[in-house]
Amino acid sequence: MSSGGSFTDLLQFIFMGLQRGSIYAMVAMGFNMIYNSTGIINLAQGEFVVLGGLMMVSLTMSANISLPLAFVITVFFVTIVGILMERFTINPVKPPTVMRLIIITVAVSILLKGSAMCFWGKESHYMKHFSGTEPFEIMGATILPQTLWIFGILIIIVAAFIYFFNFTMTGKSMRACSINRDAARLAGINDRKMVMLSFALSAGIGAIAGIIVTPIIQMDYSRGALLGIKGFGAAVVGGLGNSIGAVVAGLLVGILEALGGGYISSHYMDAFALLILLIVLFIRPSGIFGSREASRLKEF
Amino acid sequence: MAQRDYFGLIIVAVIVTLIPRLIENEYYIGILVFTALNCLTCMGLCLLMGYAGQISLGHSAFYGIGAYATGILTVTLAWSPWIALGAGACFAALVAVVVGVPSLRLKGHYLAMATLGFGAIVHIVFVAAVDLTGGPNGIARIPHLDLFGIELSTDKSFFYFSWAVVILGLFFALNLIHSRVGRGLRAIHGSQDAAGSLGVNTARYKIQIFILSAVYASVAGSLYASFVNYIDPGPFDVMHSVLLVTMVAVGGMHNIWGALIGAVLLSILPEFLSELSDYFGGVGISYNPDYDMLIYGGILLAIMLFLPGGLVEGIRNFLRFSFNAVAKIKRRAFS
Repeated sequence: MSSGGSFTDLLQFIFMGLQRGSIYAMVAMGFNMIYNSTGIINLAQGEFVVLGGLMMVSLTMSANISLPLAFVITVFFVTIVGILMERFTINPVKPPTVMRLIIITVAVSILLKGSAMCFWGKESHYMKHFSGTEPFEIMGATILPQTLWIFGILIIIVAAFIYFFNFTMTGKSMRACSINRDAARLAGINDRKMVMLSFALSAGIGAIAGIIVTPIIQMDYSRGALLGIKGFGAAVVGGLGNSIGAVVAGLLVGILEALGGGYISSHYMDAFALLILLIVLFIRPSGIFGSREASRLKEF
Repeated sequence: MAQRDYFGLIIVAVIVTLIPRLIENEYYIGILVFTALNCLTCMGLCLLMGYAGQISLGHSAFYGIGAYATGILTVTLAWSPWIALGAGACFAALVAVVVGVPSLRLKGHYLAMATLGFGAIVHIVFVAAVDLTGGPNGIARIPHLDLFGIELSTDKSFFYFSWAVVILGLFFALNLIHSRVGRGLRAIHGSQDAAGSLGVNTARYKIQIFILSAVYASVAGSLYASFVNYIDPGPFDVMHSVLLVTMVAVGGMHNIWGALIGAVLLSILPEFLSELSDYFGGVGISYNPDYDMLIYGGILLAIMLFLPGGLVEGIRNFLRFSFNAVAKIKRRAFS
């Protein structure tokens, strides 16, 4: 029985890890999108997640708007925030030095965080689960319906992502820009527009991540930084710029974090993902899925 | 050190001796002590950011290490606060080596994220290592520092002491900038490859400056613990690291005086704004500390967009521009 019990524990930790990892994967995809088009790491990425979650709470819990409509409005709103960020803070910067861009995205993240605090207050916000809280049981371990929603939406996003970047003209143009911006411009691609689009998409993905995770973690204004760093950890482990790598790495980081929290110490749960980030950065900054040559380590 | 810098040091010293005569309120003196501590940390960070060209988004970790070293060693082990301060600085230097050697090989965004992750981990340790740090409850009854037998227990005495440390730190930093090391550092900032090819040991200089900036932060943290007599993990979070970077960037990261001015301005700004709102309270404008973050973010963004060299450089350029304009007009009038 004891071995059965420990297997159940393990399964439970893995479910939890996959659920957390899905969110990291989505944040990491957001990082990659902007990184590929501009070479910038957007330190405000975590704030998009927070903004998405809090906006959704207001729309569904206070304004009583139906779930699908609120979902669309929230994603639209955060996408606009992403576009405004690019238009007013990234686009005008000339010359775009790395230090200046880092500090600018930090400034935007403080601004978004401060606005979220003024608007939604410091308390954490409860949101109704999408379809009840009656957990399913799988081999002794339980899994919330919301977690299944998270998995499902992650799969849909990855599928849409693959379709967009491989089968649409706009997606192919974005990829062309990330490979060689000058050549893409010569081929008639409007690279400025692609940068804007990458901020829009990345904000949108962040918002979706925030919306689906809020019922489980109860969003508050201050969560952005940690979500951002962990998502970046996933992006680095998967090889920065490699979005499919980011998804696998995100799930992996989530599972390792949950296992560390479960078996080693729950107090240090948040530290495990960060430790993985540091170790990978120190030992193999090109990521475990990226080859050393393939990682371009862009720096403008 | 340039003559200008000696002049600046004297001005700072004069202002520091005058302030307690002008301001009687203990509360404001306390604010100015915190200002001094921020100045100290920002000076180290400025050396790292402006001169070595490396960003650190985890400097509050070193600030915290100093504070907790003083807290733990004086309260649990009953060491003298001075030895605790030294031990904290040594430990911070050690941590800086362990983190810095691999981190400083990273560039740009990677370094920013590595230091951010490091800062977050240290904060988690402060909260989670309850046996050592007291966890969220923190450590209370940290003893005062004493100087030549005089206990620095009043705000005013600590005010003089903390600013004396700032002036000492400033003196050291200014000397460093105008030494061989400083010139080497500026070369690294210009172009790491060019500096390396001219025989500047870039890796070594960067790690030395990282260690030095960690020591500055740690000393500031130890002084914080001795001044407030109580610490909890609150002030040592990622947000404080970001705030430190804000101070340096707003004042001007390429100039140690800029960092100092940025630290002073942003440390007293919230107090100034809340005073101002008390004054205008009658007309319905009220300031609330919740707006701090918006103000800091807004200022940082505006400076980075419009005055990327910081306030000091902006003012200098403006003055030069207006002098030139005046000279031109004069020349035209007389010719």
